[in-house]
Amino acid sequence: MSGQTLTLDEVRWIAHLARLELSEAELEMMTRQLGAIVEYVAQLQTLDTEGVEPLAHALPVSNVFRDDVPGEPLPVDQAVAAAPDRRVTPRGERFFAVPAVLE
Amino acid sequence: MNTQKYHIVVGLEVHVQLLTRTKLFCGCGTVFGAAPNSQTCPVCLGLPGSLPVMNRRAFELGLRAALALNCSIARFTKWDRKNYYYPDLPKNYQISQYDLPLGSEGWLEINTSQGIKRIGIIRCHLEEDAGKMLHDERGTGRDSLVDLNRTGTPLLEIVSKPELSSPEEARLYLEEMRLLMRELGVSDCEMQEGSLRCDANVNIRIPQAEGGGVLATPIVEIKNLNSFRFLEQAVRYEAQRQYEQWQKDPGYLLGKVSKATAGWDEASGRTVFQRRKEEAADYRYFPDPDLIPVIVDDAWLERIRGELGELPSAMRKRLGTQYGLSEYDVGVLMSLGRQTVAYFEETARVCQDAKAAVNWITNQVQATLKDRGGDLAELPLSAQRLGELIAKQKELGLNKQTAQAVYDKMLHEDLEVAAAIEALQIRVVTDTNAVVELVRAAIAANPKAVADYKKGKTAAANVLKGAVMRQTKGSVRADVVEAVLKEELERG
Ligand SMILES: [Zn+2]
Repeated sequence: MSGQTLTLDEVRWIAHLARLELSEAELEMMTRQLGAIVEYVAQLQTLDTEGVEPLAHALPVSNVFRDDVPGEPLPVDQAVAAAPDRRVTPRGERFFAVPAVLE
Repeated sequence: MNTQKYHIVVGLEVHVQLLTRTKLFCGCGTVFGAAPNSQTCPVCLGLPGSLPVMNRRAFELGLRAALALNCSIARFTKWDRKNYYYPDLPKNYQISQYDLPLGSEGWLEINTSQGIKRIGIIRCHLEEDAGKMLHDERGTGRDSLVDLNRTGTPLLEIVSKPELSSPEEARLYLEEMRLLMRELGVSDCEMQEGSLRCDANVNIRIPQAEGGGVLATPIVEIKNLNSFRFLEQAVRYEAQRQYEQWQKDPGYLLGKVSKATAGWDEASGRTVFQRRKEEAADYRYFPDPDLIPVIVDDAWLERIRGELGELPSAMRKRLGTQYGLSEYDVGVLMSLGRQTVAYFEETARVCQDAKAAVNWITNQVQATLKDRGGDLAELPLSAQRLGELIAKQKELGLNKQTAQAVYDKMLHEDLEVAAAIEALQIRVVTDTNAVVELVRAAIAANPKAVADYKKGKTAAANVLKGAVMRQTKGSVRADVVEAVLKEELERG
């Protein structure tokens, strides 16, 4: 039954959406492993859930808010510190830098 | 018989930025124009281990807007993740509301030339904004820069039904939406700052010869229209473009050609098509486990309803019926905002002449505000005083220039109307005998005008009237002078 729940193309698509580059061997392995997970979860669908409310959250709480009061933001140099690349403009502005995006 | 070649169908997706001090899920500020990346924290940067907490104010502003748009309010809402990759979205997902939007099935009324039209609202929901990208426009292939200040700013997305049937209606809808959101204090709707944004979904329906039914072209979504004018122009252009494309290619039909996305190029006045995305959007929405649901009970909803005040559509109707104002005058007043409407109502109550009050407020008062800057609250001339001035002008029959002089005096020296009239030494002649004297003197001093008048040139009377008015600096009622003059001339 394994491999029937998910197709190779579906896994290829999921990998693309997650921006993962998988080799053909990895794709086959993932199809098998993900398929097993889907099958495992599919067992739940055999349960009778008639009249059971869908659960939006695992915790039995709701309506947790904060007031609209400003907090302290991160200093700019710390904000951009963890980025793979940064740029400081001649005016001293600090940006995250990413490969050129067209359009 | 309808001779139109096609009918335009438009639905709008409007994003308004909510007037909060902080972001939707963190305490970072939302001020426009701050130094790049100076308004961020671990939550809105999407750093591991950080947890979002909902801004109560943002939620309540959303409720307020949804109520004003006559929506059904979801008593139970949750938050969902919309997953996609783009450098302006540091978490790689946007927190939004997917299957349980805050409001659904509402409407907004617009005032068209054919009367009031109700435009359906499919849904409105809260979501967080993305950051801002700066691309190298010169195409040197240099890196793009990212400013994440805007990331996480609260937005309300409002999706209309495709019930707008002309470029004008689309514009009217957006204008009405802006007025409503401003009046409610939900958003400042500054288009230049991006706090009101609009995407238009456009297609056309082409009636066929008898028995041929109606054909429809594929939907084109025009993104990021940032002015009323561009919206109107873009819809008009795109509708005609679709018609021409269908004429060239009869297969250009809804269901056969998939939806496309375009931008509006204001320089060329055309819609510009973005490279067709190969993939269908696949956002893999799922409930955000970091956020807990919101339950809205009756008490909360009633409190928000109580904060709404009079909605623009109701106010528009009331101003028309209560004061007998024209649609035009009501429109001008409303466009100046709720504060001006209140000022008008007080002025009209005092002077008992709504039309004169509108004229004074939309002309002199607006000119004054433009000169001085600031708003009505800072104007030294209260509505009470303006009302008294208008009443006095009518009572004494002051002409426009004199009334303007009194207005200026009241404004600059902070005076009551009586004190201003006195300070200006305006001699108000109310005694008819005195007017007769003045008229006789003018007749005696202008024999040529009198002779002309007798020859049938009735316009010559204006010369005499002008002489009287000049002499009294406009302090006599023009209608009284006219009547006396006529009598004196006929008698002689
Ligand atoms: Zn933040």
